[in-house]
Amino acid sequence: MKYVAEYRDAELVRGVIDEIANTVTRDWTLMEICGGQTHAIVRHGIDQLLPKEIELVHGPGCPVCVTPLELIDRALVIAAKPDVIFCSYGDMLRVPGSVDDLFSIRANGGDVRVVYSPLDAVNIAKDNPDKEVVFFAIGFETTAPANVMSVLSAQMMGLKNYSIIVSHVRVPPALHVILGSPHNRVEGFLLAGHVCAVMGYWEYPDIAKQYGIPMAITGFEPLDIVQGILANVKQLEAGRVDIENTYPRAVTFEGNKAAQKTIEKVFQECDRKWRGIGTIAMSGWELRSEFDTFNAEKRFDVGEIKTDESPLCIAGEILQGLKKPNDCPAFGKECTPEKPLGATMVSTEGACAAYYKYGRGII
Amino acid sequence: MCLGVPGKIIEIDDSKALKMAKVDFGGIVREACLEYVPEAKVGDYTVIHVGFAISLLSEEEALSSLDALKELVSLEDELGLGYEGKASDL
Repeated sequence: MKYVAEYRDAELVRGVIDEIANTVTRDWTLMEICGGQTHAIVRHGIDQLLPKEIELVHGPGCPVCVTPLELIDRALVIAAKPDVIFCSYGDMLRVPGSVDDLFSIRANGGDVRVVYSPLDAVNIAKDNPDKEVVFFAIGFETTAPANVMSVLSAQMMGLKNYSIIVSHVRVPPALHVILGSPHNRVEGFLLAGHVCAVMGYWEYPDIAKQYGIPMAITGFEPLDIVQGILANVKQLEAGRVDIENTYPRAVTFEGNKAAQKTIEKVFQECDRKWRGIGTIAMSGWELRSEFDTFNAEKRFDVGEIKTDESPLCIAGEILQGLKKPNDCPAFGKECTPEKPLGATMVSTEGACAAYYKYGRGII
Repeated sequence: MCLGVPGKIIEIDDSKALKMAKVDFGGIVREACLEYVPEAKVGDYTVIHVGFAISLLSEEEALSSLDALKELVSLEDELGLGYEGKASDL
């Protein structure tokens, strides 16, 4: 497959890793923002091929992992209503709420459906006019264009039975939290390639300059990832602070203007709570008030929600790169993908799930 | 979830409210929305995320960065550099 096979060329990947080894003279800690990259790194064994001087810590770029518990509990109450068809990306189904998850709602008779695209949920609403169709619109910047288009599409079709629960977060405010922490260890970033495909990377030079941290826009194949690491290491060794685009086949500085414009039309910035991390000012998006009829949280009264987070779970520290999954005493013991204590153990982008699946830190 | 899969646009349908396309992912064909890449043509490669094209892939950029990497790796071979022989050891 074009644009895939050539970026999995083992010889080229080894060559770039050799170049990293030839460049590095001291220890450096880098963070990949995106959980998809965390899984690619561990799946392809890149973490084990790198010279020992390079440590990768794993970032917060897992939308399922950072969706706040209160919102999951609220979604579960809505999903259990008899007149509701609840649609979600598959990754969300096993994420533990305080007592339940979406799978158990379905097992108890709830109509919970996995969709590939939010447009599928809109079509379900069209085909089921006597039902309320609610879509769990989670995600980072990458997913926002799809989620907002579902609202505009439902509006164009005149649908009165489609609404979304929005849990949208953005990368730049999270970088400020990570880099502003007195415990921060991150010295360079692999920026999430597809977030930048949508948003461009004009938001990052100021952050890099403010904290003196180099960054590289990085893709998702093994060759992309080692290139992002090499770009960081070269800058760090030379004492340079730049934003390098190592994924130029998909990312431009300005990003996708049409997508940005549409997001702006439907969403506005808001404070957003991140599970395990806390509230980050202006770090999220919510529906603008003119789209209130599509806002499931306004449509359904769910009463007061009392949340109950596992005291053993250290997902918040893992998502900020302060700890690694195998630093957690519950990892692989009380907490497994079958019986997860936190979302990082179930999501296909969760760092704990990657370590568990590919046998890191399990004896 | 931010994973995007590269695919080739094989058919474009302009007849509906949203511009849609059939996209070939190495043999598997799925529908995708092209509203965010209005300039897309049949034969273009695009990154698809949750049923939406978010970016058109640039062949020119792809080839030039691959060429640069191939040059880097062949230069390393010529100089005999690698894990076993760091530049600082020469």
